[in-house]
Amino acid sequence: MKMATSSERSPPPFPEDLEPEPDEVGDQDSDDGEDIFLGTDNPLEIKMDPSLSVSDITSSTKPLSEASSPPVMDLLSEPASEASSAPMVDLLMEPASEGSSAPMVDILSEPASEASSAPMVDLLMEPASEGSSAPMVDLLMEPASEASSAPMMNLLMEPASEASSAPMMNLLMEPASDDLKEPPKPDIDPLADIINDTPLSEGKTPVAAMPQEPPSDLFDDEPSELFAEPRQSNTAKQQQTSIFDEPDEDLFSEPLGEASKKPQNDFFKEALAPVAKASNVCGPLSDNYNEHPTDIFTEEAITTLPSAVSTVSVNSKTNGVHSDEEEPDIFAEATVELSLDSPRNDRKKKEAAKPSASASAPAPSVSASASKPQPKTLEELEEEVEDKFELNISITNPEKVGDGMNAYMAYKVSTQTTLPMFRSKTFTVRRRFSDFLGLYEKLSDKHTLNGYIVPPPPEKSIMGMTKVKVGKEDNSSAEFVERRRAALERYLQRVVFHPSLLQDPDVREFLERDDMPRAHNTQALSGAGFLKMINRATDSLSKMTIKMNESDVWFEEKLQEVEAEDQQLRKLHIMVDSLVGHRKELSVNTGGFAKSVAMLGSSEDNTALSRALSQLAEVEDKMEQLHQEQAASDSFCFAELLADYIRLLGSVRASFDQRMKTWQRWQDAQNMLQKKRETEAKLLWANKPDKLQQAKDDITEWEAKVTQYERDFDRVSATVRKEVLRFEKEKARDFKKQIIKYLESLLQSQQQLIKYWEAFLPEAKAIA
Amino acid sequence: MGSIAAQLFSGLSRDIKSGSSLGSVNVDLQTDATLQVDISDALSERDKVKFTVHTKSTLPNFKQNEFSVVRQHEEFIWLHDSFVENEEYAGYIIPPAPPRPDFDASREKLQKLGEGEGSMTKEEFTKMKQELEAEYLAIFKKTVAMHEVFLCRVAAHPVLRKDMNFHVFLEYNQDLSVRGKNKREKMEDFFKNVVKSADGVLVAGVKDVDDFFEHEKTFLLEYHNRVKDASSKSDRMIRSHKSKSPHCLIISTCLGKFFLKVSELFEKTRKIEARVAADEDLKLADLLKYYLRESQAAKDLLYRRGRALVDYENANKALDKARAKNKDVLQAETSQQVCCQKFEKISESAKQELIDFKTRRVAAFRKNLVELAELELKHAKGNLQLLQSCVGVLKGDT
Repeated sequence: MKMATSSERSPPPFPEDLEPEPDEVGDQDSDDGEDIFLGTDNPLEIKMDPSLSVSDITSSTKPLSEASSPPVMDLLSEPASEASSAPMVDLLMEPASEGSSAPMVDILSEPASEASSAPMVDLLMEPASEGSSAPMVDLLMEPASEASSAPMMNLLMEPASEASSAPMMNLLMEPASDDLKEPPKPDIDPLADIINDTPLSEGKTPVAAMPQEPPSDLFDDEPSELFAEPRQSNTAKQQQTSIFDEPDEDLFSEPLGEASKKPQNDFFKEALAPVAKASNVCGPLSDNYNEHPTDIFTEEAITTLPSAVSTVSVNSKTNGVHSDEEEPDIFAEATVELSLDSPRNDRKKKEAAKPSASASAPAPSVSASASKPQPKTLEELEEEVEDKFELNISITNPEKVGDGMNAYMAYKVSTQTTLPMFRSKTFTVRRRFSDFLGLYEKLSDKHTLNGYIVPPPPEKSIMGMTKVKVGKEDNSSAEFVERRRAALERYLQRVVFHPSLLQDPDVREFLERDDMPRAHNTQALSGAGFLKMINRATDSLSKMTIKMNESDVWFEEKLQEVEAEDQQLRKLHIMVDSLVGHRKELSVNTGGFAKSVAMLGSSEDNTALSRALSQLAEVEDKMEQLHQEQAASDSFCFAELLADYIRLLGSVRASFDQRMKTWQRWQDAQNMLQKKRETEAKLLWANKPDKLQQAKDDITEWEAKVTQYERDFDRVSATVRKEVLRFEKEKARDFKKQIIKYLESLLQSQQQLIKYWEAFLPEAKAIA
Repeated sequence: MGSIAAQLFSGLSRDIKSGSSLGSVNVDLQTDATLQVDISDALSERDKVKFTVHTKSTLPNFKQNEFSVVRQHEEFIWLHDSFVENEEYAGYIIPPAPPRPDFDASREKLQKLGEGEGSMTKEEFTKMKQELEAEYLAIFKKTVAMHEVFLCRVAAHPVLRKDMNFHVFLEYNQDLSVRGKNKREKMEDFFKNVVKSADGVLVAGVKDVDDFFEHEKTFLLEYHNRVKDASSKSDRMIRSHKSKSPHCLIISTCLGKFFLKVSELFEKTRKIEARVAADEDLKLADLLKYYLRESQAAKDLLYRRGRALVDYENANKALDKARAKNKDVLQAETSQQVCCQKFEKISESAKQELIDFKTRRVAAFRKNLVELAELELKHAKGNLQLLQSCVGVLKGDT
């Protein structure tokens, strides 16, 4: 009556003690991101300098001799002597600084091949072998500061420390203490230091200009991936420029014009001659060409080796100049495309690297170019597959096999396909959970390295499985099995939906082969699991220490996006879980209420009211059921989806990490090359011709490696980009599908609800 | 949300009032004309709530026709207690006293919200706070309505409305200076209650001479227990229903980052769910709670009658004894007379009261249940429509 309105006149003072001033969670995210990529300003700074220094040097006649030699000497001698004090590095250091070729090659080839399998080795070996001047540089992944005086500080934001003097672990763990020991350049501002250092190093070797190239490379990768066909003519390029309206596109098409004088196919097919011609015809292009394609055109690299040393240095100097204009990577494209095509080839290549390592790095890439036609067709196939995907996989009939603790669930994996790669159109195999895990292990070993997003399988659940094993046929274990079945199905579907993973022989084997060898190393507590754990720990450690100067805004933004999304999803997942919990609670309470209403109805002495109350009890009973079903669909449709994507985001991040690692390897190689050049300059200056040849060989070899790693990086970047885009598309599709499904379940339960209440209404009205 | 709560709330007070007035229709139709009481305003000062009681009356013993006084919860309790303690009213169902205003739960939640402040975004926090404020407002209004219902019931009652204390309560424009009970009195109350319930068991064991009362007694005893049970269960149900809401809220804000449309949907369905919970609270839980108290009052009435009956029988026995001994016969006779009169009087009015109680109850249940079903239907249909349109949109933009 009046009260309702009047009491609004003086609304009750709400306790205001807690004013909301919550810190934006988002803020923190972005801060983190900035932290990670704080280095991003650096490349800019560096960019400014090299052009200056390089021009300086070009004006001063010969590059390597007078202008740069004194600092080089200093820098080289210092770390070399100090390095011997560090026990770890010692062994590997000496041959390196000595410049004796044989051991070097061995050492160098090993990390290259083993890096793929063991990150530990990667970490320790690479820096060690490169370590002539600054082993730490590699560990700490600093690109521009090969000067060995201040590699650490950039990374860790500390004043400079004498990197090579301290033991490795020390450097990783306690940067501060190193500072105190001997700060040769106690400059607090790291940026300033970089600026100080870079001109120096640039003066010594123009290759240091390489860090500036990634941006342009990345734009190149994109087209190469889109237009994977061998005929990359002008039309294709035009398209691509219109697609990627980056500011660079003009620069980008410019050199193209030049390049289009010859069709690019020639570059692939005829190895040496056109290249030589090209280098004669257009200066900048050929310069680059000499640098980059050493891998592909092994013969060229080898043949030119002896004589090329001096020209290489000249060329690379001009390269440094040109790289400022972002031209030089037209050719990188070609190489990138090659390696992009087949991860498997790449793997082969890496394996091949070991035996042929002594024959210098370029060798493996021959195999890559040799196997070129195959990946091409594969890729075409993939595209087809993506267009009309005709592969249906379903997992059915979970079945308990065995008894006691050795029991396991076997699932029927049925495949229906029209793809020619399978032997028959429909086939069925039985797999157990650890087989799925094994499949994942195999796939992730192979593909994560190349930046692919390998869908992760559902997690092991000891609790749930034990329950099943113990053999209680209650609801929860049935629910667990069904949940797992669905998760496995989704996992497998994700795998085969991935065009590259589908091509993997292991996937095919998994789907087709009747007697699957028992997957090993999938136990959570096995020795292999322990090893994996250690590897993971080292990985995360190195991740912490890696500071990548992100050169591509896209990746930076995506990574941040992925991280933010991960957080959001986690939160959402927790919330949905608790929603499920509340719904279950609601269901139980509704049940309780229904019972007591029924009791109340039975004791009511007005018959109509009594009837109505018992009707109400019935309605509430049904509501209980409804709430229960809804809770199930909440968790099944929604929570599971979220859990899947939380896991998938983990894989996405892993592929980003992989890209970073590849980048790091490339940077390391560059630093190493830098050292080698310094050595050469030193030798030149000291006039020691006997060792000079060795040094030159080293340089060529490292140049090859740098190119190789850069290509790796470009390839991985391209893959990651492609994968992330694919992932996002997939994600949107998946979410939509699931959410529609979820909403439909909600819809249904509401319809039921309406039905129940409509039935009740006349009863209530009948109370007289 | 606030306005919704306000609507819901005014709905509540109306419902309960109409429920009670329905019951009192056959008692006194002029009630509305001669004595109208409502609470026109309420103020919350820290933990005290001040109600402005507004009276319109044509009764001659009021100085004015229309006046307002400020009363607190304790004064309502005092009025109720004075009814209970008055022997005159032993034969009537004393309208149950309104429950104490309780904002602790709401405050506690706010406290919790403050603690969890860091873990949520600003957006979420604001929404949560609004929610809690709305909840607080709803509780506040419900409290006001409970007090108002009590006064209305009293004003509608043919006997109680003429009570002097009631008139003083309505008219005296100073503080009634009712103090809360001190410890000793509370202890006394406690003992009294213990004695009463023990006595109640004894009295309940006595076979009633009147079938009607015998039936009513067994019915009320059972009914009370079951209403109590149902009430607590419904409370639980509604609480879990309500506690779902903040989760949905966070889900909706999280989802907002992914799917705007779905997030919107979640937000809307959440509001509907909240309204469902609120409506269930109003129509079901409050109804049950009110009848929990009302049945307690009816039980008290029966207890008083049973006590009177036992007293009467004892007096009869005493009279027989006195007659046998021929001693104090007159005294025994008079006491027997008094007891008989008292019992007769109580029985007479109690019968009418219990019949009224039943009609009132049936009417109130009917009304509330019908409204509950209608509201549930309305919300479910609204939800359905939202879901359908959302699914349509999602499917449409493939």
